[in-house]
Amino acid sequence: MTATSDNLSMLEAPGINWRRQIRFALVGGLSSVFIALAGMPVGLDGRNIIQPVLSMGYLALLWVPFVFASLAGSVVILEGMSERERDAKDLAAGALVGLGSSAGLIILMVLIQNFNLRDPLVNWSPQLLDLLSFDRSTGLGMLLWLILGTTLGLLGGAMHVVPAKVRSRILAVALAVLAVSVLETFLTDLLEGFGLETLTDFIYYKRGGLEVSGAIVVAALALLIPLLVGSKIEGIKTRVVEMPSEERRRVNLLLLTVGAALMLVLPFFLGKITNELLANVGLFVLLALGLNIVVGLAGILDLGYVAFFAVGGYTTAVLTSPNSPGFSPELPWPVALIIVVVLTGIVGLFIGAPVIRMRGDYLAIVTLGFGEIIRLLFLSDWLSGWFGGAQGITNIPGVDVGIGTVKGTDPRSVFLLVLVFCAIAIYVSWRLEHSRLGRAWMAIREDEDVAEAMGVNTTNTKLMAFVVGAVLASFSGAIFSAKVGSIFPTSFLMLVSIIILVVVIVGGMGNIVGVIAGALVLIGVLGGPKQPGLLQEFSQFKLLIYGALLVWMMLKRPEGLVPNVRRTRELHQEEFLQDAWLKGEIDTDDDEDSQ
Amino acid sequence: MATTHDAKPTSRVLWVDRFLTLIRITFVVLISVGLIAFIAQQIDPQNPLARWLNPDATGLTAPQFKGLLVTGLAQGAMYGLIALGYSMVYGVLGFINFAHGEVFMVGAMSGMITSNKLADAGLWEDAFLFCLLFVVVTSIVISTAVAVIMERIAYRPLRGAPRLIPLITSIGVSFFLQNMSVVLLGPGAKSYPSLPSWLSQKRSLIGFEIEGTKLVVLLTAAVSMAGLWFLVERTKTGKAMRAVAEDKEIAALMGIDVNRTIVTTFAVGGAMAGVAGILWGILFRSVIHTTGFLPGIKAFSAAVVGGIGNLGGAMAGGLSLGAAEATAPLVLLEPLGVDGVSQLRDAVAFAVLIFVLLVRPSGLFGERLSDEDRA
Repeated sequence: MTATSDNLSMLEAPGINWRRQIRFALVGGLSSVFIALAGMPVGLDGRNIIQPVLSMGYLALLWVPFVFASLAGSVVILEGMSERERDAKDLAAGALVGLGSSAGLIILMVLIQNFNLRDPLVNWSPQLLDLLSFDRSTGLGMLLWLILGTTLGLLGGAMHVVPAKVRSRILAVALAVLAVSVLETFLTDLLEGFGLETLTDFIYYKRGGLEVSGAIVVAALALLIPLLVGSKIEGIKTRVVEMPSEERRRVNLLLLTVGAALMLVLPFFLGKITNELLANVGLFVLLALGLNIVVGLAGILDLGYVAFFAVGGYTTAVLTSPNSPGFSPELPWPVALIIVVVLTGIVGLFIGAPVIRMRGDYLAIVTLGFGEIIRLLFLSDWLSGWFGGAQGITNIPGVDVGIGTVKGTDPRSVFLLVLVFCAIAIYVSWRLEHSRLGRAWMAIREDEDVAEAMGVNTTNTKLMAFVVGAVLASFSGAIFSAKVGSIFPTSFLMLVSIIILVVVIVGGMGNIVGVIAGALVLIGVLGGPKQPGLLQEFSQFKLLIYGALLVWMMLKRPEGLVPNVRRTRELHQEEFLQDAWLKGEIDTDDDEDSQ
Repeated sequence: MATTHDAKPTSRVLWVDRFLTLIRITFVVLISVGLIAFIAQQIDPQNPLARWLNPDATGLTAPQFKGLLVTGLAQGAMYGLIALGYSMVYGVLGFINFAHGEVFMVGAMSGMITSNKLADAGLWEDAFLFCLLFVVVTSIVISTAVAVIMERIAYRPLRGAPRLIPLITSIGVSFFLQNMSVVLLGPGAKSYPSLPSWLSQKRSLIGFEIEGTKLVVLLTAAVSMAGLWFLVERTKTGKAMRAVAEDKEIAALMGIDVNRTIVTTFAVGGAMAGVAGILWGILFRSVIHTTGFLPGIKAFSAAVVGGIGNLGGAMAGGLSLGAAEATAPLVLLEPLGVDGVSQLRDAVAFAVLIFVLLVRPSGLFGERLSDEDRA
């Protein structure tokens, strides 16, 4: 214990910062205008959430006052501070922020009515004005926005006034309704597989969206289930945690087996579209797991990761397709796969070796350059005798596995194949993470010089990360070319590298579960570079959302949604040290001086 | 300038080092063979050295070569203007602002909008120079605003974060700005109004046939460069910028407002990118949301070629990169027997970047960075 920490009394968090509220109100207003002009309300209006009441288009605007008001009201509670009592002033602050957000929309409505800026701004249309005025007169629309914005802002502010337990319940209910609505295609498909069409008919409206009664049922379930079973689950959890380690391992193994068995059975209950969607997600899980080793474990920012995907895909195509222009041995897929893995590993070495000594940021740009060079080479006339140039390679046969052929027309088989490879990739990542090599990677990520001083051969270790990442990407590429049946340079744009990076970062760098969750949420719901997700209406906005998400994650939560404990500590080192100092857990040099 | 790994004494030579030496040698050999074959061809198209690797090579006539060089230099001047922004931000904050290429794209887009509005009003043809000035000024204002807002929202909260975090953020910003242009302005390519004919005429100047547009581009780049040099070397703001680049903490102790200086750096970089955006519009008369990506990467390469943090170097790097990517496909690659060389222009730009980083990581003119940024 040190003298400093004893002298600290509990400070109360500061009161409402009105300038902050006004700033949030302005930003909220601008965001609303941006969303409206980006065309989200009109573009997403076709997708219902709750049938007559709420569409995705209106939700794109309505979340702004609520979320901004609640963000404006949140205060960071530092170590040694106590939470301030909340009162009616917080409600007023929330209402102010909400008012700001809707004021932006109202000004936009006035402008649309009086000026025509359709020429540069494509969404400056009477359609937008109709939508904003709820298909009624403009004046009434403005009044409605005023009321809606203020109310939602008020509710956002109220989130801080009500106890934390109520707050989390409300959020859980809202999220549950939204999730059930977003997962509509998947859930109907799944329930149909079990012969439960009556249930889906009850919950969902015929042409998309929840029925009002369905929404109420979902909300009620989301409210009641945690109340009824929550304590039991807690009890089981603590019991598992308190178990002796051997028994706990057995429980984990059991859960893992059950999970794996369920995953293997799942494709047989799903329809074509859902299987296709999940197969795409699986391809990205493979890619993301590979990039996770490079970026998440070894801390090397590789922006040309798509190169390995491309090499895997093209090598498979050349080796298996009868239409391959230059060299066409027409090998069976599994034999080709062995060659693909070896070759991609070598390419990994070739790309890795020149860049391995560069500074982190130079490395990022140079790998990006390599990614583009490889795509340009596949596209060029120079090598078109081998890779077909812009025409690509077509007629790639499926994978013959004895009982049948895996090919794109049968998404279920593709999904099963992807599952097998995902299982391999997960096992490899998991074993590597806890191996000597994995520890070396993490040491390099934390501090390269120290790692070298501790006897880690940094060059070889970093190259290994490149090679392992490349091999995992080549799996994905090999399956991709067999699935699609043809391969073109346009499938390997730099965009793909960035999307995989977003998946890894949003999920949680260095965490296998996080990466899988990231791929499920982003690729499954929003969609990949070309593959549609559950929210097909989002296809024109998904890249915008990916960009915004990447910035937001880096600013607010660089460790990702499902963080890796050690990585979190590295990223928030200063905060951890400060808290530890305040709690008196560490001595600092200053203290020694003062004593 | 010491390379990064000089300080680490290693007794054994790693295989990676041998491999790197091999790559360096291959690069140099390829360049010399291509160059020798090209020169041989220029001397006598029938001599065996010229026909050795590519019997079909046609060589270049002097006017063709000059034309390529002028095109390359005009583009290079544009890259140089963008490179200044990369170089200045790297000098001050020590990270690559990946989104700088997108600031350039915003400049080109805003120029497209204003020039089309002016053309609609009938002013573009009649008062071209006045219109151009107006377009340049609005474009500068808009891209400066974008650069400053970007710094405020995305980069300022990340000062002192691990090095790669701001870089990843800037990738996100770049992605966001690109797609913002798609959703706000539509996905298609948009064109500038046609330029008056007296501008696009060819003029001869010291033995070169130069199109008026390229002349305008080169002149504008020279004037902007001179203005920037004056700002950085002769004014108090410039002094503050140099001080902050040297050492932020000591600069703060000397009474320099570090935040304001950093904002100024971003603003000046944004202004240069805005000018470059208009130059793009004049040269190619067409913009699309991906316009910023390749020129951005190439400008970064130019900054590295000239030595990052070094402003004169950025301009020189831009000019040499532009010249290299315009001439190298025909001068180096065709004699080597590569088909369809013009498709590989972009690959050449990346190859130049990789080559410079392998052979001379501090760039042609050396880096001007503080020690903490060099690690």
